[in-house]
Amino acid sequence: MDDIALRAEGVSKVFGQSRVLDDVSFELRRGEVLCLAGENGCGKSTLIKILNGVYTPEAGATFSFGNADSVSRITPHDARALGIHVIWQDLALFPHLSVAESIVFDDYVASPWRPLSRRAARREAREVIERLGVPLDPDTRVEDLSIARRQLVAICRVLRAGARIVFMDEPTASLTRNEVQTLLEITRSLSAQGISIVFVSHRLSEVLAVCQRVTVLRNGALVGTYSTEGMTQTRLSQLMTGHELALTPREPDGAGEPVLELRNLSRAGEFENVSLTLHRGEILGLTGLLGAGRTELAHVLFGMTRPTGGELLKNGKPLTLRSNRDAIRHGIAYVSEDRLNLGLVQNQSIIMNTAVTVLNELEKPRGFLSPRRLLALTTEWIQRLGTKVNDAELAVSSLSGGNQQRIVLAKWLATRPDVLILDCPTVGVDVGAKAGIFDIIRTLADQGMSIILISDEASEIWMNSDRVVVLKAGRISRELTPTTTTEASLEEIINA
Amino acid sequence: MPRLHLGTEGVLAAIIVVLCIALGLTTDTFLTTQNLFDLLNNQSVNMIFAVGLVVVLIAGGIDISFAVAASVVQYVVMTLLIDHLGGGNWLLGILLSMAVGSLLGLVNAFLIHRFRIVSIIVTIGTFNLYFGLLMVFTGGVSIYDIPDWLYYSIPLIDLPAARGSATLYLPVAVMAVMSLATGFILTRTGFGRTLYGFGSSPEAARRSGVRVGVIHAFAYGWLGLCAGVAGLMQAHIVQEVVPNALIGQELPILAAVVLGGATLGGGRGSVTGALLGVLLLAVVQNGLNLLGVTPYAFRMIVGFIILVAITCSNLDKLLPRRAIPKEARQ
Repeated sequence: MDDIALRAEGVSKVFGQSRVLDDVSFELRRGEVLCLAGENGCGKSTLIKILNGVYTPEAGATFSFGNADSVSRITPHDARALGIHVIWQDLALFPHLSVAESIVFDDYVASPWRPLSRRAARREAREVIERLGVPLDPDTRVEDLSIARRQLVAICRVLRAGARIVFMDEPTASLTRNEVQTLLEITRSLSAQGISIVFVSHRLSEVLAVCQRVTVLRNGALVGTYSTEGMTQTRLSQLMTGHELALTPREPDGAGEPVLELRNLSRAGEFENVSLTLHRGEILGLTGLLGAGRTELAHVLFGMTRPTGGELLKNGKPLTLRSNRDAIRHGIAYVSEDRLNLGLVQNQSIIMNTAVTVLNELEKPRGFLSPRRLLALTTEWIQRLGTKVNDAELAVSSLSGGNQQRIVLAKWLATRPDVLILDCPTVGVDVGAKAGIFDIIRTLADQGMSIILISDEASEIWMNSDRVVVLKAGRISRELTPTTTTEASLEEIINA
Repeated sequence: MPRLHLGTEGVLAAIIVVLCIALGLTTDTFLTTQNLFDLLNNQSVNMIFAVGLVVVLIAGGIDISFAVAASVVQYVVMTLLIDHLGGGNWLLGILLSMAVGSLLGLVNAFLIHRFRIVSIIVTIGTFNLYFGLLMVFTGGVSIYDIPDWLYYSIPLIDLPAARGSATLYLPVAVMAVMSLATGFILTRTGFGRTLYGFGSSPEAARRSGVRVGVIHAFAYGWLGLCAGVAGLMQAHIVQEVVPNALIGQELPILAAVVLGGATLGGGRGSVTGALLGVLLLAVVQNGLNLLGVTPYAFRMIVGFIILVAITCSNLDKLLPRRAIPKEARQ
């Protein structure tokens, strides 16, 4: 069935000096689930905005919709008439309105002075909710719903507005595994109703599970459109980044002297009798299912909570940590999982975000901050981590996700730690940026830093660790080396 | 155990009823038709201000210039009527007040929308500007010689009472009309719901095609219109126009409206809530007067009520039960 819902050809877009999209073609079939893939900044959002009527493309583009007619641009009015809708990652809902009102909100905008009936709004909302087969109560306020339910409200809203083509921007980013499954099922049922769906996601396994085809963009140009049949995650990430990513485990270059030793370390209710040794220049992978005690162990090592038993030794001497300030003083740094919110002050400058961990050092000897020294420190780390920064005075929110990640790392590296604990450092980062972060981590280890890498993704643990410790229900269940294990068997051990 | 769900308005109404009963038992003057009618007569002006202000708060803005704007309306309208229109009449007076009032509100809307300035800053600016202009042009002189139609009070309901009679006057009816009109727009029109939507999430509203300029113009213009009407009613009640008669009213009215469930974050609030907020503070003041408490204590008690009320309304969020989304509890 080659029933075309939307075909775009020769789409380009220039912002100032930079060509964000260059002669891209895009084709969407009726009732198909298509993935639009590419790294951050590849032009995905620009393309969506052109197809949605927000941006005007450069001259020379043609758009057609399954019949002979074609147009040179899609106006917002066209987009609405054609039923093209975008569900942005932030969902664009109204927290204080009820579910029913949110679903019929577009009526309010279209005919503001038509008298209202709450009952009619509720009835119409219920119709859509039933059509989608989801558990929503029309009278609940949106602010009382979980993110997953809010997403369903957003889907109901576009269905009600007569959507034929729906773009979903990172729809699974903040959902749990079960919620993702529900969403994927809903996506399939929409496509069975003849609605075409374009899925934008960094989670490649989901992409491959739900989409029939994937269109890959790189640096504003079309790489190609491929069937997901026979496509692997590895191949897809190669297409997105344009280079082969290292897929062999790291070769350990002989263990250095012990830096951090845990002897029967326990914390009641969280983990028990954990004994392990971290050597100089080593990357130790710490993995296990959520709730196995990984993060809890990291918190103890960073002085945020106290152990209830066992000993901790640093460079052979016993170490007692009363607070995370103690830990920082002893050269231990911890990058938490929710870096973008907890790790950065988004509207402060890049300089202040980088320097915040060492401000009291920088104030010495006179007790004043020198802008020159702040800038020097920031510039040094920006260069060492290969961060793309135009102006370090700008707010950190002006950077892309992968670059923000580097600033979080820079901030902790500025404390000159010899033990660096990374808690899920690649959550929410696109494929290319992930590779960049692991390059940095490997380089740091080669320079002699000891790193504890916490992650539940078997592949990244397997590729980047010298040694892997698997936690299960608070105890060490296995210790292994990636060079003598396969990725698949590591995955099995974690999930066993 | 099913939890009784009253909403802010229900809780306020319950508190007011309890207060009224308590004051009825402790004083023999509170629960008289005369006293209750006077309460309404005296509060009608504040209530008209409040229903206008709640619209701005719902749309996520704030306005503190409305009370001085009302004084400006009084002066402009009186001067026009007396000097150029031979005294005028009720219809002309109301229409002129509404026009001048909305014009002053639209100035706020224009500055906020066109120059993307935060509403509190804009209205602090216009608050000073309006009051300064008023004092410069009037030299601080009051107008005592107001037209006859405005001078004589118009009784609507006259009931015999223990001492003399209990009378409800025109401003109460005007207040009722303004409240009904505002309530109708907010709850019975799509436009009203887009006001809530805009206050709740401006960005989402913008992306849904809500015209932001229209929202701003309506919210501040409507408050200006209400302020114009309130100004005229205030002049009617006190039978004179004094340039600094209304300045200082903005914060107590703002407090009353917030008490009625509106928030400075937008998206919340109702006409009923705004009216009950004003009424609660009025009942407390009236009760304290009747109980012979010094008027100096009034402000202190009002401040206390506001802090307690806001703390209680946030208590919901602080309690652990609230941490579980509603749907999960069903």
